[in-house]
Amino acid sequence: MTTADLIALSPLIVLACSTIVIMLIVALRRNHVLTMALTLLADAAAFALLFVVWHSVPHQVAALLIMDGYSLFYMGLIFAASFVVALLSYGYLESHREQREEFYLVLLLATLGSAVLVASTHLASFFLGLEILSVSLYVLIAYQRSSEVSIEAGVKYLILAAASSAFLLFGMALTYADLGTMELASISLLIGGKPLSTLVLSGLAMMIVGIGFKLAVVPFHMWTPDVYEGAPAPVTAFIATVSKGGMFALLLRYFSRLGLHYSGSLFLLFAIIAIVSMLVGNLLALLQTNVKRILAYSSIAHLGYLLVAFLAGGSTGTAAVTYYLVAYFVTMLGAFGVVTVLSVEKEADAMVDYEGLFWQRPWLAVVFAASLLSLAGIPLTAGFVGKFYVIAAGVGSSLWSLVLILVVSSGIGLFYYLRIVVAMYKDAPREGRITTPSLSLTGSVALATLTLLLFWLGIYPVALIHTVQWCIANFSN
Amino acid sequence: MILAWMIIVLLLGGVVAWGANRFSALWSRSVSLLALAIDLILVIAVLVSHRGRSSMAHWLVEWNHDWVPQFGISFHLGLDGLSLLLILLTLFLGFISVLCSWNEVQERVGFFHFNLLWILSGIIGVFLALDLFLFYFFWELMLVPMYFLIGIWGHENRVYAAIKFFLFTQVSGLLMLIAIVGLYFVHGRNTSIYTFDYVQLLGTSMSPAVAMWLMLGFFIAFAVKLPAIPVHSWLPDAHTEAPTAGSVILAGLLLKTGAYGLLRFVVPVFPDAVKAFAPVAMVIAVIGILYGAVLAFAQTDLKRLVAYTSISHMGFVLLGVFALNEIAMQGAVIQILGHGISTGALFVLVGALDERIHTRNLERMGGLWSVVPRMGAVTMLFALASLGLPGLGNFVGEFLVLFGTYRVSIPLTVLATVGIVFATVYSLWIVQRAFHGPRREYPKLPDLSPREVGIMGLMIVAIIALGLAPQPVLNTTRTAVENVIQKVTVQRESNPSVTLSLDSFSEEGAP
Repeated sequence: MTTADLIALSPLIVLACSTIVIMLIVALRRNHVLTMALTLLADAAAFALLFVVWHSVPHQVAALLIMDGYSLFYMGLIFAASFVVALLSYGYLESHREQREEFYLVLLLATLGSAVLVASTHLASFFLGLEILSVSLYVLIAYQRSSEVSIEAGVKYLILAAASSAFLLFGMALTYADLGTMELASISLLIGGKPLSTLVLSGLAMMIVGIGFKLAVVPFHMWTPDVYEGAPAPVTAFIATVSKGGMFALLLRYFSRLGLHYSGSLFLLFAIIAIVSMLVGNLLALLQTNVKRILAYSSIAHLGYLLVAFLAGGSTGTAAVTYYLVAYFVTMLGAFGVVTVLSVEKEADAMVDYEGLFWQRPWLAVVFAASLLSLAGIPLTAGFVGKFYVIAAGVGSSLWSLVLILVVSSGIGLFYYLRIVVAMYKDAPREGRITTPSLSLTGSVALATLTLLLFWLGIYPVALIHTVQWCIANFSN
Repeated sequence: MILAWMIIVLLLGGVVAWGANRFSALWSRSVSLLALAIDLILVIAVLVSHRGRSSMAHWLVEWNHDWVPQFGISFHLGLDGLSLLLILLTLFLGFISVLCSWNEVQERVGFFHFNLLWILSGIIGVFLALDLFLFYFFWELMLVPMYFLIGIWGHENRVYAAIKFFLFTQVSGLLMLIAIVGLYFVHGRNTSIYTFDYVQLLGTSMSPAVAMWLMLGFFIAFAVKLPAIPVHSWLPDAHTEAPTAGSVILAGLLLKTGAYGLLRFVVPVFPDAVKAFAPVAMVIAVIGILYGAVLAFAQTDLKRLVAYTSISHMGFVLLGVFALNEIAMQGAVIQILGHGISTGALFVLVGALDERIHTRNLERMGGLWSVVPRMGAVTMLFALASLGLPGLGNFVGEFLVLFGTYRVSIPLTVLATVGIVFATVYSLWIVQRAFHGPRREYPKLPDLSPREVGIMGLMIVAIIALGLAPQPVLNTTRTAVENVIQKVTVQRESNPSVTLSLDSFSEEGAP
């Protein structure tokens, strides 16, 4: 391994080392503020190093990882999201009785796993990244050991994730058995232009099961509502954004490279997954009364929208996916951020916790309403431009039926977003509701920044579109 | 830039009005009036600076600024005679809405005016946008505050009505977005210029089937707003449950954005598809006219009754637009203005009545004339306007529409005329049931207050002026309408008389 390789990998190395440093510090002396500060520093340093790496892209490190504009962009997104989650977690952990410091350690590990995924060009690094991410998530989800739902969610996730990893491994094994390689580049050479053998096809299908589980698309979505509900709110924010975003970036890279999903049986497979995700996600959300569960189903539907752009393919499709993911990250972090800061002593996930919020905590309610409207794709918000981009990509590739279903299902989606908004401006705040203390400084900074970003991306998307196009310029070849 | 300011002033005014509520409700109301007044001054400034030109150039004022150049989206605003009139109507009804909610809205006054001004700026944006993406942006922008207006300050069943309104308009809006993006790609592939600019997209050539589908995408969105049968069902609920100001804006302005969209986008961009589709649209229009009128007659809730008359009246607008000749289209424009004023006034009156006797149920009214005579007289006048009495604005509109439709289809004209007969029935029914008949027991009711007399005075002047002297209005919109008609009649040389005859007609025929 050369110095150039080490420089290229420096963001990942910084993350990995900082977890060890934090672990040692926690062993010596427990200090919540210090641990959080180190975590933020690690994220910021990793983010800053991306600009250093930028000068040497694309840089292939061994056969495992590639540092190109695409991976750098997604890593930046993941580090930033992890930074925000750390900020949000501070106030949340302060108000809970558990040990606080280990949380950050695991959070950084999970971030590392997701970052490895976006740079992966080899099935081995794919699996490594996935496992680092998953194992950290088991811990994070069950972090509140005194809460039954949290433990239940953690165990559920553990069992299902392990099963899906088994599928994934088996799929990789089948592909390897037929092609004799695990490198993405060689795989795409070997199967280029030829009809797929049964072995490869079934291997790919099983890998899609593993990927689909992480993305929580229908029919691999069963865990989502329970885990979203049971996990601590900042962890839910992390699952909804970093975990899914990293996996989607990987999906996009692998399948664009293989070019398989533009036609034939895999296209059909993805199209069906997209359609049922959009419909099932939105329809089931209608039946929920728990805000975290509603957001869980909503995220299932949003992954369906992303798949439409994914299927559209080409540079527009890739750019649309990337833009949408940024908008989705900002929005989901905003929405779960509000849930997090309201979750003092107990999770604020029942509809009644939000009744009258508009009149009691107007700023918080505005942030939440803006996030919900952004999820619904209303103008002035990031979600609007994202949805526009996805529709433009879909129409550009003449995926008419997918686009129509997107429209219909997002119409259904409006209904439950509005239900939360309605609850917020309802009169008569309930007696005896726990009065939340004032926001922690870190929480308010995070939420204010997210809200500004949300509107900025919705009103003036040029800068981001430009960055996205710039970063993915060399992606397709 | 002056055009952008028209929108910005209202947006800022909304924010300031919200903040001003910290001091007192009066401040919020005054700030709103001030913002509207500044806008009015801007519009008048444009009017004055262009008064000298007899033949109005296509765009009086135009402003273009890059927004998202990667997609060919620009911040392109333009004002012609049609948008000018509609903006004047917007500001006029904006004033009325602020004034009529002076007593009615007492809670969360700041947020109320914030929503009110943001709706108005969205509407003005719709009337000014010359970029399809920008148009869609404003189109959606006005929905959220309207949703809040109905959902927070509405009557008993407000949440249901607000959500229904939002769903209908949002889903149909997304269909329009697909059509817009489709048009963008069709144009882009033909010319390799990818742009959302309206002026460039005009005259995009496409196969008839594609044109028809894209046209339908737009048409459905506008038909929902208009509203046309069978996508009208949000309207009675929304109008009934909204606060008075909400109903005035819904009926007076929001419905007009649908009509404006048909005139500005559907007809000029898809002339051939529109010609093919015109018979269907006209039948829908006539069904709407009759259906709205019959259902209006069957209502006992006064506000719902007025809401159904809107369906009937907007049917004339749809009929006028799709008759595809200049007279009918001019009639549609006049009808838009007349209906905006007369229905707005009726909603204000119903609101005032509701404030006094706390019911909108016709069966619990009767004999009110002797209690509140001034109110009775004003209601009578606007009921007459609604039934199309000569001398009042709606008559001119309906007459021109029927006149133009007669050239296209005699049976439809006859049926639409029957609608006017129905209008007579329900209009007089309002006066009969509420103000005449046996007098009920009422506590002592105040008649119209000076503020309400002021509102009504303005509206009476407006509706009579429109009825007696529609010529300035016709002159203002002529160029705009001619431009639209020209797009349709380019290949239809056989019937030139339709476009020529208006001059002679309007000089002699205006009452």
